[in-house]
Amino acid sequence: MDVTLTVNGTPHVLEIDDPRVSLLDALRQRLDLTGTKKGCDHGQCGACTVIVNGRRINSCLTLAVMHEGDEITTIEGIGTPGDLAPLQQAFIRHDGFQCGYCTPGQIMSATAMLEELRQGWPSQVTGDLGSPALSDDEIRERMSGNLCRCSCYPNIVDAIREVAGKAAEGAA
Amino acid sequence: MPEPIELKLDHRMDLPDQEDLLDRMAQGVISTPMDRPEGPLKVSGTASYADEDHPPGTAYGWFVRANIAKGWVTGLNTKELQTMPGVLAVIRDDRMIRNPAQGGDAKSPHQGPAEIFYKGQPIALVVAETFEQARDAGLAARAEYKDSSHKAVILPAQAKYEEPRSKQSSQGNLDRAMKKAAFSVDVEYDTPSMSHAAMEPHAAVAWWEDGRLTLRGSYQMLNSNAQELADALGVSVKKVRILSRYVGGGFGSKLGIGHEGVGAAIAAQKLGRPVAIALHRRQVFEATHRRSETRQRVRLCCDADGHLTGIGHEAWVSNLPGEDFSEPVTQATSFTWAGENREIGHYIGRLNLTGAGSMRAPGEAVGVPVTDAAMDELSEAAGIDPVEFRLRNIPETDPSTGKPFSSNRLADCIRIGAERFGWSERPKVPGSRREGEWLIGFGMSAIIRVNMLGDSTARVTLRPDGTALVETDMTDIGTGSYSVLTQIAAEMLGLPPERVTTVLGDSDLPPSIGSGGSRGAASSGSSVMLAARALRGKLAERMGCDEEELTLKDGTVIAGNRQRDLADVLAGDSLQGTGTIRKGKAEDGHRQSSWGAEFCEVAVSSVTGEVHVRRLSGVFAAGRILNAKTARSQCMGGMIFGIGQALHEEVFHDARDGSFMNRDLAEYHVPVNLDVPHMDIELLMDDRDPFANPMQAKGIGELALCGTAGAIVNAIANATGHRFRSFPVTLDKVLEKLG
Amino acid sequence: MKAFDYARAATPADAIGTDARIIAGGTNLLDLMKLQVETPARLIDINHVGLDGVERDGEGLRIGALVRNSDLAAHPAVRQDWPLLSRAILAGASPQLRNRATTGGNLMQRTRCYYFYDVDAPCNKRVPGSGCGAIGGVNRIHAILGASDHCIATYPGDMAVALSALDAVVEVEGPGGRREIAATDFHRLPGDRPDLDTELQPGEMILSVRLPAPLGGRQIYRKVRDRRSYAFALVSVAAVVTMRAGRMDRVRLAFGNVAHKPWRAPAAERMLTGQAPSPELFARAAEAVLEGARGQGHNDFKIPLLRRTLAAVLAEAVQETE
Repeated sequence: MDVTLTVNGTPHVLEIDDPRVSLLDALRQRLDLTGTKKGCDHGQCGACTVIVNGRRINSCLTLAVMHEGDEITTIEGIGTPGDLAPLQQAFIRHDGFQCGYCTPGQIMSATAMLEELRQGWPSQVTGDLGSPALSDDEIRERMSGNLCRCSCYPNIVDAIREVAGKAAEGAA
Repeated sequence: MPEPIELKLDHRMDLPDQEDLLDRMAQGVISTPMDRPEGPLKVSGTASYADEDHPPGTAYGWFVRANIAKGWVTGLNTKELQTMPGVLAVIRDDRMIRNPAQGGDAKSPHQGPAEIFYKGQPIALVVAETFEQARDAGLAARAEYKDSSHKAVILPAQAKYEEPRSKQSSQGNLDRAMKKAAFSVDVEYDTPSMSHAAMEPHAAVAWWEDGRLTLRGSYQMLNSNAQELADALGVSVKKVRILSRYVGGGFGSKLGIGHEGVGAAIAAQKLGRPVAIALHRRQVFEATHRRSETRQRVRLCCDADGHLTGIGHEAWVSNLPGEDFSEPVTQATSFTWAGENREIGHYIGRLNLTGAGSMRAPGEAVGVPVTDAAMDELSEAAGIDPVEFRLRNIPETDPSTGKPFSSNRLADCIRIGAERFGWSERPKVPGSRREGEWLIGFGMSAIIRVNMLGDSTARVTLRPDGTALVETDMTDIGTGSYSVLTQIAAEMLGLPPERVTTVLGDSDLPPSIGSGGSRGAASSGSSVMLAARALRGKLAERMGCDEEELTLKDGTVIAGNRQRDLADVLAGDSLQGTGTIRKGKAEDGHRQSSWGAEFCEVAVSSVTGEVHVRRLSGVFAAGRILNAKTARSQCMGGMIFGIGQALHEEVFHDARDGSFMNRDLAEYHVPVNLDVPHMDIELLMDDRDPFANPMQAKGIGELALCGTAGAIVNAIANATGHRFRSFPVTLDKVLEKLG
Repeated sequence: MKAFDYARAATPADAIGTDARIIAGGTNLLDLMKLQVETPARLIDINHVGLDGVERDGEGLRIGALVRNSDLAAHPAVRQDWPLLSRAILAGASPQLRNRATTGGNLMQRTRCYYFYDVDAPCNKRVPGSGCGAIGGVNRIHAILGASDHCIATYPGDMAVALSALDAVVEVEGPGGRREIAATDFHRLPGDRPDLDTELQPGEMILSVRLPAPLGGRQIYRKVRDRRSYAFALVSVAAVVTMRAGRMDRVRLAFGNVAHKPWRAPAAERMLTGQAPSPELFARAAEAVLEGARGQGHNDFKIPLLRRTLAAVLAEAVQETE
């Protein structure tokens, strides 16, 4: 069947003759968007995180055919080597990665997570379920769906805090 | 472009370095916290890993697993599989391997997958047009067996232990010292099987052109990997090229050629088209390597003043039958602490479980936390502060050999670390500090990792436009090779780093030792330094000065009061330097190690037994630090690896049949972001080790892990008043003691 | 993953009464299908049938089956009046998974038993009659309550534990019409049919979950696990306690990952209701919860863990509502 995915703003009509193709494999193998990584293929690591219709999800645990008409943002849509987004730059400055394999997923997650915070979504560390503040623990908890075996977690937190802090200053 | 002018510089490390060359360079880029040059590619998803950039027509492979732990494959439902949609081949080939090669083997690992040595061993390969079809057919495979699983040895307690003579040592009389001592401990610890769990699953994409194989793989040591692969395939190493431009973490799991590499190469050969195999995460767990479980007995004794008089360390580890590697648990015990009566024991059991191999800091990663926890126990018995007790027992020379240390900064690390951490605030009485339900404790550990050098070659080309190209088959598995090699070349050649391009991860490039054993940066870095130095010689010649009089900075060549643009001096030529560093006698006469100390604050729930690491800080000395940012990240990563080791990580094997039960990332618990607290990391930037290599730099990639778990269990002991001698310290173990 | 036919439902009616497996978020079903633990021949995708609203229902709340976990946890009414539910959901999985996972799908989540997940191992839940690998095997995460000789698996989720404590009702529709199942009764005990996780009948589909009027009081969800996030519970305790004149007035208790279903504890609730809190009473309540509890070896620790965690949760609950 034909599936239309709008990826990073560009509509693609994919002929998916095997419904078993995950969204992740469709991106990586059909569209050659290999920035989205396959770490576990079971929703246990977060390396495949993409943003679908504004929400971050694990692209390994969903089928391409389930996303007819959806708007998908992958790491390639966040910024290119010559035109990096602030979060990408902050990850470089703070060394928020080492091997780099979980990194696209971390950045997709961080991008969506800042929006979730803006919308006031609580997390398990939001004491009263009220308006969450941008504390280190909030960032840590909200980024815990993205494993990093090189373990750059503190640097990732620093990078996100810096970008979120700047955004908050800009808004104030 | 004209042929480059070739220059060479070989150096064997026989004598300590006295030139301090890097300290005399002018560019000022070495040691700085420079951003990773490949950073923009990694953060934008454009760095390309093994299972990417598939050539047109690529087919996909999936391994069939053995579901018994011992026996022979006698049949397979091949015909049935061949009729499944998309299936191109069902491959059972004697060249396929039992388990991946060990690091540096440079020959094929054990071949012939029909004989089964562990549950989960790949026994056949199914190749199909698409990934989905290959997976489906691979899971539909049904093998027939000659089943000998009743003879499989699953539990360490059932294993017969070999006692290799070369791995035992003894001096003085430890038994007598223990009896005479004012204070002593004789304790047993155990650590479980662990898994590397690098984020990128092992993967390979293979294709043959004119009888030559190109393999995109995820490997750490390309020179020996190409030899291993060629040997497994039965072809000349000249017929094999391996590309590993970016490696999504290794931690030792990608040191040797693996199933995916050999399988993809064979399948591509048979089918005459490219074949890609990415191991499923479960296969990564059960069919690559694990870190061996260990049982360790530590005996320590001291006099009334807290001076050690004896130290004994025995370790029981395991591996598959016929594997040479065994976790060198006691590696640092011979030289870390004083004491004239010493005993080392090393025993190897043969188990029918996933093979054991090198995992980040093999040996010290599990040996140092245990000896250090025992040191903590003895300090408590002797009534001496743990910091003071350790400081009293740092030997002047290697106590096993009498040889001097090339450099020993352990005391500095401990003192500086204690100060930065606020050790004086440590609860003096274990179990005495409480915040609500949480028991608070401090702990510390010495951090030790031996330092090594490996033969390495690199090529550095100065191009007519005054830019430089660095080439070696070295890999960057997250360790910062791209960064430090760029910085070394930039420093030596007086170039801004943007004018240096570093190309790695291609076995056709000059051979390095690769990434493993914390040797990579120092070894390949030295070869880059030597290659660049050869170029400096040529530039000096062109300037008509001695090399010592030459200053290179920002693309300018300066000799005395003469100053010329580098491109001018090159005058349209390319200069190509090849540098080679070789191991030599410098390491024979002196004990070399990297050093550190870590300090930890934990909170232990008196309700649930959960342990939270609240603070973790470390001070490290590893000779010259090549990049303060990447070195710090390596230390951070090692310390967090240690949090996992102390609190979470454990492979569960079913004792009945050897099944690796928690072979996924949901149930094998590596730390997540919320597990990790604020960390304070200090590098001793003034440290140098002239015996190590011409850069005077030592290994740092594994160092920080070598003791972290000790600091954490020592903190738990301080918090709770109980010693935990079985890793990981999960809440069930804590609850049992809390009563 | 075995081949299957895929169809998209436009309305709930398209999915009700068919023999196709319903897929919503897919976060558990696809996980299992990749391993061939689940091998449905047909999938029907209900992501576009609606049922994705949260509406007031008298004093209560009606939650559509397709409401995503994230939306439910962040919903202002839930945070205000049923905070237990928000907390339980937020304790589970990861933000990415919660963005995809649905209310109905989460109720249908299957066990994390290692042997269920391993198609080469015996498992009565996966292949009835094949035996139970977990009994005598690796069973650290397994049930201490309500298990049988056929199965010691647990229901692994968090949300359903809160729903049980909150006396929620699951509305389902099948070929025979609509019916309601109390959340507490939605999951089964394994008995000799561990292949059946829930009371949902073939052809039935979850339409919504209804929460009754808010209970108020202090609502605590404490999840105890091996790492601090992104891990299943070893034991979780859901508690709602209201206080009146120094005595516990309304008490609701449910426990996660100790049984094949969220484990509600009516005897303990009765024991506590109307009483002044005391450590001794909490200890007796814990014994009531644990009546008949049995460890399997590796999971023996769950018994003291539940006892201690419950006591701490109750102490916290009564402290802050006075």
